[in-house]
Order: sequence, then C-alpha cells, then structure tokens
Amino acid sequence: MSIAMPSPFVADPYLDIDDYDSDADLMVLNLGPQHPSTHGVFRIKLILDGEIIIKAISYPGYLHRGVEKLCEKLNYAMITPIVDKNDYISPMINEQAINMAFESLMGVEVPRRGRWIRTILAEMQRVASHLIALGTFAMDLGGAIGGGASLFMYMFRDRELILDCFEELTGCRFHYNTHIAGGQRHDLPEGWSEKVKTALAQITQHLEDCKQLVVENPIFADRTKGVGVITQQLALELGLQGPIARASGVDMDLRRDAPYHCYDEVKVNVVTESSGDTWARFMVRLREAQESIRIATEMVDGVPVGPIFAGKVVKTAIAIKIKEGQSYVAVESPRGELGTYLIAGGPKGISPYRLKIRPPSLHAISAIPYILPGNNVSDAIAILGSLDPVMGEVDR
Amino acid sequence: MSNLSENIELFMGNPWGRGVVLSIAIVTVVMTLIAWTIWFERKFAGRMQNRVGPTFVGPFGLLQPLADVIKMLRKELIIPRGADPFLFLLAPPLTLFFTLAGLAVVPFGPSIVVADLELGVLWALAFSGLLLFPIWIAGWASNNKYALLGGMRAVAQGVSYEVPMLLTALVPVIQCSSFNITEIVNYQIANGWVIYWPPGPGIFAAAIFFVASLAEANRIPFDIPEAESELIAGVGVEYTGILYGLLPLSEYLHTLISSALVAALFLGGWDGPFAPGMHWMILKTLTLFVGILWIRWSLLRFRSDQLLRICWYWLVPISMLTVCAAALSKYLLASGGSL
Repeated sequence: MSIAMPSPFVADPYLDIDDYDSDADLMVLNLGPQHPSTHGVFRIKLILDGEIIIKAISYPGYLHRGVEKLCEKLNYAMITPIVDKNDYISPMINEQAINMAFESLMGVEVPRRGRWIRTILAEMQRVASHLIALGTFAMDLGGAIGGGASLFMYMFRDRELILDCFEELTGCRFHYNTHIAGGQRHDLPEGWSEKVKTALAQITQHLEDCKQLVVENPIFADRTKGVGVITQQLALELGLQGPIARASGVDMDLRRDAPYHCYDEVKVNVVTESSGDTWARFMVRLREAQESIRIATEMVDGVPVGPIFAGKVVKTAIAIKIKEGQSYVAVESPRGELGTYLIAGGPKGISPYRLKIRPPSLHAISAIPYILPGNNVSDAIAILGSLDPVMGEVDR
Repeated sequence: MSNLSENIELFMGNPWGRGVVLSIAIVTVVMTLIAWTIWFERKFAGRMQNRVGPTFVGPFGLLQPLADVIKMLRKELIIPRGADPFLFLLAPPLTLFFTLAGLAVVPFGPSIVVADLELGVLWALAFSGLLLFPIWIAGWASNNKYALLGGMRAVAQGVSYEVPMLLTALVPVIQCSSFNITEIVNYQIANGWVIYWPPGPGIFAAAIFFVASLAEANRIPFDIPEAESELIAGVGVEYTGILYGLLPLSEYLHTLISSALVAALFLGGWDGPFAPGMHWMILKTLTLFVGILWIRWSLLRFRSDQLLRICWYWLVPISMLTVCAAALSKYLLASGGSL
C-alpha cells in the first residue's frame, strides 16, 4: 500500500504572492515561535492555499543571546562553559571545537591519550545527539500523545545511558566543561570503559528495536518517502553539511576528509543516501549512530597510556594567554561542520578580539524556503524535524 | 410492601419510566468507567514507554481522574476576543450530548438498553455522524487558524469515513434482517456471530467498521483533526478548563461506544461460553478499547490526504464488496444453497 502525494505545483522559493492565482483564498499561518514542534523558538510564516504551503519564510533570532559578543569580554577558560549552551544537544563537541581553536593559536599539542578520550567522547555525544534527533522526529510524525512519543521515550532512555557515563567522567550530565585548552580536565575513572561498552551494547539492541518499530512501519514510509527532497545541487548551493548533505548524496565528512583528534587512527565509514528526502535523513542518522557506536566501542578498549594534558594543568583561568593570531577550526558536529573562527588579541591577551561560530543548523534551516512549498502543513513539521535544527546554535 | 413492588413494576413496565431509570444508571456507570479507563490508559501508556504513569493521587494514582476533573472545573473559562461566544460555549456540551445520545441504543445485556429502537443501528451511526457539527462549530467559533484547520480536517475525515462505516454496518443488518441492535444480537446468539458466520464478509466488515470507527472517534493513527505536533490541539486549541475537558471526554466516550457497537454488531454482544450475560458484552467492549489504546501508543499518524486516499481507494470498495457478499450469502442460506 503505497500512497504518494502528487505535488500540486513546482515549488518556487522566490514566488511573489501577488503573482499567485488571484482567485485563491490564501491564509497566513504563523508556525511558532511558541509552537510545540519548532524545536525551540523558531518562527516560520507559512502562506497556505487550503492546506498546501505555497510560500515559507523563516524568522530565526528569537533565542539570540549575544554569545559571540559576550565571549570578547571573557577569559579564554570562561568561554568553554558558554559555548556549551550553543548546541545544547551536543555540548561535548562544542567544547572541543572552541578548545581546538585555542590550542591551534597557543601552539599546544594535546597528548595522544587526551585526543583519544576526546574522540570517544565526541562519538558518544554524536550517538546521544542522533538519538534525540530520531526521537523528536518520530514525535513530530506521531504526536506527543501517541506512538511517536513512545519512540521518543525509548530514545531518551538510551540517551540516559550515555549521560550516565558522562556524569561518571565529568560530574555533569549536560554542560560538562571537561575540556580545557591543552587537554582534558578529567581522566577516565576506574571501570569506565566497561560501563561504556555495556551502555553502547544496550543502545545497539534498542536501535534494532527502534528500526522494527518505525522503519518497517508502512505509515512511517508513507509519511517520509519523497517528502522534503533536497537535491544534491541544492545541498551544495546552500552549504549544507552533516547528515542532511549526506542524505542528499554529498559524500563529505570532516572526520574522514580532514581528520582531527584521533580520527586518522580509526576507520570512519561515511554513511550516505541518495534520495535526499526525510526518510533518507532519518536513515542516515540511524546508521550514523550505529557507526559511532562501533567506533566508540572499538576505541574504548585501546585507550593509550600517558598524560591527558599538555604540560602542567592550568590552575587559573587567566593562565591562558594568546597575544595574537587568527585561526579557523572545523569539527564534524552531529549537525555538520561546526566552525570556530577566532581572532586573538583582546585586552592583555586573555580574551579573544573576535569570535565567530559557524553553526551547521543555521545552514540547515536555510533550506526551509526551498523545500517546504508544495507540501502539507503536516509535512512542514516532518521536514523541520528531519533538519534537526538546534535553535541555541542558530541564534547564538 | 407489595404495593411498592407493584408500583416499581408498573413504573419499569412503562418505556418512559424504564428509559429514565436506565439512562441515569447507564450514564453514571459509563461516565465512571470512562474516568478509570483514562487512568488505565495513562498507566498502560506508561508501561509501554518505560514510565510509571500517575502515582501521586491515591493508591496507584487511582484518584487521578477525580483530581483532573476538579482541576478543570476550577480553571478560568476564557472566551478569546474575536470568538463567537454563543457557538464557542455551545460546541463542547453539544459534543457530549451527541455522544451520549448514541449510547442510548447500545445494549449491554438482554434487557439493559435505554431505548430499544427499531432503527437502532441508524440512530447510533447518525449521532456519530452528527458529532462533526459541534467539532466544526468549535473550530469555526474559536477564530483561530489552527482550530479552523483542525475543524476542516475533522469534517473531511468524518464525511469520508462515514461511508465505509455505514456500508459495513449493513452487513450485520442484512444477515440478521433487522436494524434493531438487540435483535441483531439475538440472531447472532441463535445462528453464530456475524464475524464468522456465514464465513467471508463478516470479518472484513468488522475490520473496516473498527478502522472507520477509529477515524470517526479521531484516534491515532487517524487523529489528524487534533494532530498536536502540527495543529497544537486542533479544535481544542482555544478552550480552557472544563470546556476543554469535555472535548477529549466525548472522544473517549465515542471510542467506548464504537467498541461496544463492534462488540454488539459483529462479536455477538452478550453471547459467550459458560454464562452469557452483560459481563461478556463489557469484556468484549473493554478488550476492543485496550486494542485501540495499544494502536494509539504504537503507531504514527497519517497525513490528511493519505487518510482520505485509504478511505476512498480501499475501504469504500471493500466494504461495498462485503455488503454484496453478505446479501448473497443471506440469499443462499435462505434458498438452501441454490441461486
């Protein structure tokens, strides 16, 4: 039973409403900023003909906190917990990005054990982030009181397992502040790797269950296949990265193409799909989570011995001083290329002159005017969920 | 003493007196049942989702429904600016009224039915269909775009699913030669349940009737009128307090009545092994109700156009075939197997 929806017209993001059929009875629907399914405070102005979207205009900015400006006033060590809150679904990777930018200007090389731990943490954080993406996407399709919420709960249960491991390592469940310029603040506790392996094995099992519950469900296929297609060309033009671009057939992953941490020592299989629809984006995230579980499970066994910090551990916040220089560091966050452009040279060299963060989610939501028109309002929510934007990161 | 019992017999012998007593009794029992089915659903969903459900109010959270009702009654009723106050206030009570009216013809036992109407099937389905009006009124009177979309979807869905529901309800009617639900049940007790005898049309008709009644009652996977992920709460988005409470309440009631109708029309009503009686009817109804809950907490939601497509492409043709098959089998049984 395959039920495809014929698109009533060709989507045109630059459509002038005055040029649209003058007999049509159009309605403006403000989706957000207080809408429950916009993944934060995000507003999309939809112009509807019946229930079909003919134009979508996105208005981000409701969560702007001035993080980049704030960072110009803070010491380098005080910046780490601030950027934690940017992409609050994967704070670990945000910390790593900012600290790699500091290290590149300080000329510090993190010891191999420190980098190894960072790789494990990054992969576990990627699993946790993708679990949330899968769960919230199912909830967008199935509703908060219904089958979608069941999957959401299962995914959050699995994420708890990872957060438990993080808590044992760092003492925090969410905003860790475990990275500092030069290495790690916390060394692995006794028996941590066993715990991680148990947790990841459980998640592997649960992801199989999730696959049976959702992916083999004909309703799920009907709702997602062929909906919100991002072509490879559009993905490249908009500068999309991460799972969204890989779902459109762009074979690109910084972990493999520009290895940092210890990614050059492990094999990273890049997951791609070709169809570019919401189904492909869901599948890419699912398979990427499985791939990350594999990498983390492999790495947690062979943690090298040695120091986790380059030189002496920095005792005070002011100890990090960078006189001048600028650098751009990019890491592969669960949403794509997370770039950090740092210009050093603030007052006394203890804070940056300018910090610019390149959030992958901002580029992801730039696809909205292109892929929403022609779809139903229900699909608008599904597409938005499949882009998996984090508003804290978009608005900063 | 004998005078009193004679008077009671006289009163119960009068269809009006009997109707009043039974309707008060049945509404009381069913409303109480609904409260605890909601509790059961929350516990059940909790089990399915690694949660515990309500635990705080009373033992095992058993008093949670009462607490919810008290909470809703104490909340302020807000009529939004721009809303039509008369229609806005009218819609939720009207929803409950139409749902309860459908309950009148549902027989729970050999003589436990408020009104044993000759056209009972038609009455039940008519009030199920009439429910679209208060829902559309609620959507229109709220003066909210989300409510409007919800009401629009509800009408499209209700009108479509009315067709297979009416057609499949004809199968037991044809086989039992009566529109009276009590007589349909009695015929099933004598000749075997519609769902399996004569073999063929009954089981398809029961399945389609069940699916269509899910759609009529706006249950997942057909709950697009109140799809909370896109329409927040659909028609209920502007309602507060007990006015909001009446909408899901009548939805639950509708689901329960649909389950009871499936049990009475296709599953032999109060017929059952060992000791036939009211308990079998209640058991069948609640089993179907739990089945609906199970579906609700494990499936995702269809899109509105897919929903209508399923109805018109699959359910309507198949239900027409079942009606033809039922008529044919009835004819063959009556003529002793010869055309």
